[in-house]
Amino acid sequence: MKSGAQILIEGLKEQGVDVIFGYPGGVVLPIYDELYDADIRHILVRHEQAAIHAADGYARATGKVGVCLATSGPGACNLVTGLATAYMDSIPVVALTGQVPTGLLGNDAFQESDITGITMPVTKHNFLVQDVKDLKRIIREAFYIANTGRKGPVLIDIPKDVSTTKIPDEDGPDQQIKLRGYKPTYQGHGKQIQKAVELIEAAKRPIIYAGGGVISSEASKELVEFAERTCMPVTTTLMGLGCIPADHPLNLGMLGMHGTEYANYAITESDLLFSIGVRFDDRVTGNLATFAPNAKIIHMDIDPAEIGKNKPVDIPIVGDAKNILTDLLKRIPATCSHPEWSEKVQNWKKNHPLRFKEDGKLRPQYVIRRLAETLGDKGVIVSEVGQNQMWTAQYYPFSHPRQWITSGGLGTMGFGFPAAMGAQVAVPDQPVFVIAGDGSFQMNIQELGTIAQYQIPVKIVILNNQFLGMVRQWQELFYERRYSYTELPEVQFEHIAKAYGIEAETVRSIPDIDSAFKRALNCNGPYLLDIRVEREENVFPMVPAGAAISEMIVGQHTEHEEE
Amino acid sequence: MNRHIFSVLVEDSPGVLSRVTGLFSRRGFNIESLAVGTCEQPDTSRITIVVSGNDVQIEQVKKQLNKLIEVIKVLDITDLEHVERELALIKVKAEPGEVRSAIMQVAGIFRAKIIDVGTDSLMIEVTGDSSKIAAIEDLMSPYGIIEMVRTGKIALQRGAGTACSGR
Repeated sequence: MKSGAQILIEGLKEQGVDVIFGYPGGVVLPIYDELYDADIRHILVRHEQAAIHAADGYARATGKVGVCLATSGPGACNLVTGLATAYMDSIPVVALTGQVPTGLLGNDAFQESDITGITMPVTKHNFLVQDVKDLKRIIREAFYIANTGRKGPVLIDIPKDVSTTKIPDEDGPDQQIKLRGYKPTYQGHGKQIQKAVELIEAAKRPIIYAGGGVISSEASKELVEFAERTCMPVTTTLMGLGCIPADHPLNLGMLGMHGTEYANYAITESDLLFSIGVRFDDRVTGNLATFAPNAKIIHMDIDPAEIGKNKPVDIPIVGDAKNILTDLLKRIPATCSHPEWSEKVQNWKKNHPLRFKEDGKLRPQYVIRRLAETLGDKGVIVSEVGQNQMWTAQYYPFSHPRQWITSGGLGTMGFGFPAAMGAQVAVPDQPVFVIAGDGSFQMNIQELGTIAQYQIPVKIVILNNQFLGMVRQWQELFYERRYSYTELPEVQFEHIAKAYGIEAETVRSIPDIDSAFKRALNCNGPYLLDIRVEREENVFPMVPAGAAISEMIVGQHTEHEEE
Repeated sequence: MNRHIFSVLVEDSPGVLSRVTGLFSRRGFNIESLAVGTCEQPDTSRITIVVSGNDVQIEQVKKQLNKLIEVIKVLDITDLEHVERELALIKVKAEPGEVRSAIMQVAGIFRAKIIDVGTDSLMIEVTGDSSKIAAIEDLMSPYGIIEMVRTGKIALQRGAGTACSGR
């Protein structure tokens, strides 16, 4: 005989789960009791939101499913932001929640919440286990759903009596995965791929627009080979950074609201937009009518609902990016080239580089550049949300997939620090840095307790400007500098870190940066750097919301030669 | 804006209807009519949904429905040969005498049934397409409709084709 809690732990082990981020509570006590001797590491976070962000960071760093555990009611509700974050970015996470016993369901019992109802819009699927006999099958289905097709978060809600009820230890007849309504398409349609080949061969000004789908399908090698063979420049979304090395001659960096000038010009003038694992997000496209206005569009995605959702498409290809690119590579001759277009793109790249003012003041872009030079191509860089995120996306030269972790779709402040914690647990041998703003860091600052307790050696870099910087930037540009509630008081983060027993220092000038990074790297445990940067630095280029992406504000620091 | 009829085969499990309707509300698709019941396949229900929208919206409705794990098949039967029906129960004021016989006569013309007789009311059961139900409603309203309920539209493809065969 086995209890539901035992079945759960065995099911997790069967799925290869080696770490759970969680927070105990009344109705998950039977599960915690089993975890006490289980061969699974449990990290006790300080807030359930951090548990799911950490599971998410673990998943992004490895490609494996991240797992978190919370109790019912408030514990479960605290997962919602993290579920929505993982859902928007298609990250495989399985969230386990406790629930009041089945007999009390619907009675407004203590710490009861209808978490499957609450999380329906922000999960790929969710389950309420009503009978312990279904538990084993549901665990298998949950992991399968989370990590196949378009990946995403799945929640399993487990009533307390399901955890405690004992049943005979055997696989019932219906333990196999039988999901009649779930059959993801992995192979692209041959005829559609052939049509794509014809468009690619006919194109004069083609460009690749690559996104997070390339990372999650592990298709970056195929992408680079395809780009090289067709001489197509590649621009990536925020989520796609790292799928082509930053120093690759065909790489144009990020496009969109804070994209590079050259990527946005190239998109606007292209005659063929080859879109891979992207969703034409409004932060990428700006005004849809003027996004790649003269281009034929090929869109490949594993989720058919993304194709044509925002922009009509000429050739839809449903399937897995790696499979489709492999198929395309077999059909594409090695002779495609468009020298005039290539030259034009390279000239944009040369004449409109990303720039910031280098006048001896401590600017965030400089900090990021120095960090990149310190780390080389090692390590994982996680960001919070806001200016810190955009500067990192712009200035950090990512060289490989899964080197960059950020909340793209939902833009969740407070994501970065716990996600970095999860990533560091996943890849203990690599340095993991989180680049944060003073605003977003304070959204999950309590996790200093967790990294201190487990000596998770995350290095925290706070670009401290005492503002909610991105909001302040919008107020400066569009609200006549009326800084309504965006100023934050000075905080001595060094003291806070030290109170938790974490080594920390405050950095105030350029000459101190390199040595501070070295001390952080050489420290075996966690380390916090509170870097006091220029307070009113802006992120440029910037496309005002709703404008064409070719209509960028390039900023006061980016004066450049005319073409 | 075109009106589309979707015949949606789903797993017969708790919460499925909520997933389907939740999808419509959060993506801003307007449901005109919705009817649910079990069908010929075990552990399966059929939902008939009528929704209006432009081509892009209708395509999205279909794709988003298909993404739900418990949705087995989505068939847009609008352009297929099909039969649509709706059932309505209409409770109408009917004093004994001339009024009552006039109402019964109209019901007879519509092949509707009188299924309940009160001291001064009648309940009429009528099935048909929307225009037929609208017509009898119009004719009854001068007498005074006390209460009325409609099932929402159900529809099936004509011939041997089914939602599952996709023919």
